[in-house]
Amino acid sequence: MSTETLMPYDEALERFEPVLGLETHVELGTASKMFCGCPTTFGAPPNTHVCPVCLALPGALPTANAAAIESTIRIGLALNCSIAEWCRFARKNYFYPDMPKNYQISQYDEPLCSDGYLDVEVDGKTVRIEIERVHLEEDTGKSTHVGGATGRIHGADYSIVDYNRAGIPLVEIVTKPIPGTDRLAPEIARAYGTELREVMRGLGVSDVRMEEGSMRFDVNVSLMPRGSSEWGTRTETKNVNSLRSVERSVRGEIERQAAILAGGGRIFQETRHFHENTGTTTSGRSKEEAQDYRYFPEPDLVPIAPDTAWVASLKAALPELPSARRKRLQQEWGVSDLDMAAMHNADAIGLVEATVAAGAPPADARKWWMGELARRANEAGVPLSELLITPDQIARVCAMVAGGALNDKLARQVLEGVLNGEGSPDEVVAARGLQIVNDEGELTAIIDQVLADNAAAADKVRSGKIAAVGALVGGVMKASRGKADAGRARELLLEKLGVSE
Amino acid sequence: MSAITRDEVAHLARLSRLALADEELDHFAAQLDVIIGAVARVAEVAADDIPPSSHALPLTNVYRPDEVRPSLTPDQALSGAPAVEDGRFRVPRILGEEA
Repeated sequence: MSTETLMPYDEALERFEPVLGLETHVELGTASKMFCGCPTTFGAPPNTHVCPVCLALPGALPTANAAAIESTIRIGLALNCSIAEWCRFARKNYFYPDMPKNYQISQYDEPLCSDGYLDVEVDGKTVRIEIERVHLEEDTGKSTHVGGATGRIHGADYSIVDYNRAGIPLVEIVTKPIPGTDRLAPEIARAYGTELREVMRGLGVSDVRMEEGSMRFDVNVSLMPRGSSEWGTRTETKNVNSLRSVERSVRGEIERQAAILAGGGRIFQETRHFHENTGTTTSGRSKEEAQDYRYFPEPDLVPIAPDTAWVASLKAALPELPSARRKRLQQEWGVSDLDMAAMHNADAIGLVEATVAAGAPPADARKWWMGELARRANEAGVPLSELLITPDQIARVCAMVAGGALNDKLARQVLEGVLNGEGSPDEVVAARGLQIVNDEGELTAIIDQVLADNAAAADKVRSGKIAAVGALVGGVMKASRGKADAGRARELLLEKLGVSE
Repeated sequence: MSAITRDEVAHLARLSRLALADEELDHFAAQLDVIIGAVARVAEVAADDIPPSSHALPLTNVYRPDEVRPSLTPDQALSGAPAVEDGRFRVPRILGEEA
């Protein structure tokens, strides 16, 4: 494991400027594999989703999956790319047992989609990430390394391979180098990953389950001294498989490279592995030794030539993209950029939208999700969507507050009850007796008691110090265990004390 | 006049995982040179109006519908494997201790 020195992030950013690059692999959600009819479902027993084509048995020939071609073009269109009028698959040759063919069918100098962009929002600013290319290839098999001290490939005695994943359609999305991110590099990398995932979800082309590897990132980072215009040597951290790890790997790599460069050392172009437990990277194989893939046009497949009219119809049928949806909702809800960004970061936009759809005013829906519920989710260490409460239930609570049956304090107790599994909002209100006290007789009795117990405060109010009534209202609220209507209590108190505002 | 060098043959041999003796490098360099020369003659007859191609048939857009077909059974799939462990293909050590 790493014993390398790191430079504190702030110091690293004072001395160096980072340049980022991100390659993202997305497994498409097709029913069958890229070049054969084997199923793509996750988690099957090993080597049960394999056939002569994806096992590369002699004589077997690939045929491209029409749905995968279509999905890739839709991804390209959603990322504002140009779609090639004619392009080919290419054969990427390498010796490694994760592909039984000894090559991977990919695309090389003729990607299906190129030159696009994706806008992401960080710190209230829009950052445009330029997309170099989007191409289609096939995923590889899964190796398990046996023996050795670490369970990793280095030092393993041998490996065992499951080819269920080999041949699943895989889209690779490559950004152009991203300079000028400055100290926001880790956040921008994460925001890009988040936005890309939402685009994939919106298109319905992948389940984008990062924990199952259906979306994973290779993170390129280089540093150059402040004031320099010549980019430094980059490293590539492979297979980073959570958004949080994307952010951490960029930060960790900046801190590591800065320490080496500041100490007079140099960065070697290499692939690195990210370690979840420490947030650091360690060296993988050196890039120089493995770069000669001898790409050539794949002779077993004919060129792809998407019909222009068909591509135009796919573009016209794209669903509303996440950024456009956010803009629309922001306008409908009338909230500030900052509030919208906060909801976006908390993954609350869909929940607020559903709550509004269930009848709640947008301001109330946002207040509960971003206030009380965000606090509880944070305490429990779970995302908002995993709280045991539904948008419909929040809308019901909002309606009860609006109708005067609950005040905010009682509403919080109702939410607590629902989160505790005590039932629906109405059931919690009934079971806990949380109805606001609207009965004037009961309220008057409480007020009389409070006035008797707080004679000094009452005299102050009588003598004209109206501000002192606050303490008395507080007493009424306390005596009613929060169930009194504070506004009405204040009116009645002033009336009884014979003063008016 | 393309001349394949000994170093180029050695590089190709390494990429292809072929262990070639020194005298074989010279031998194959000469042979590859002849092959490249023969293929290069195609360029002499290819006029500007003949687009380069990578497939024998002038076809595009040959696809299959996204439909699942039966896979092999694990026994069938593994029947040709030299070694099997835990339902998986067992392969020799991939990388050494270095790096």
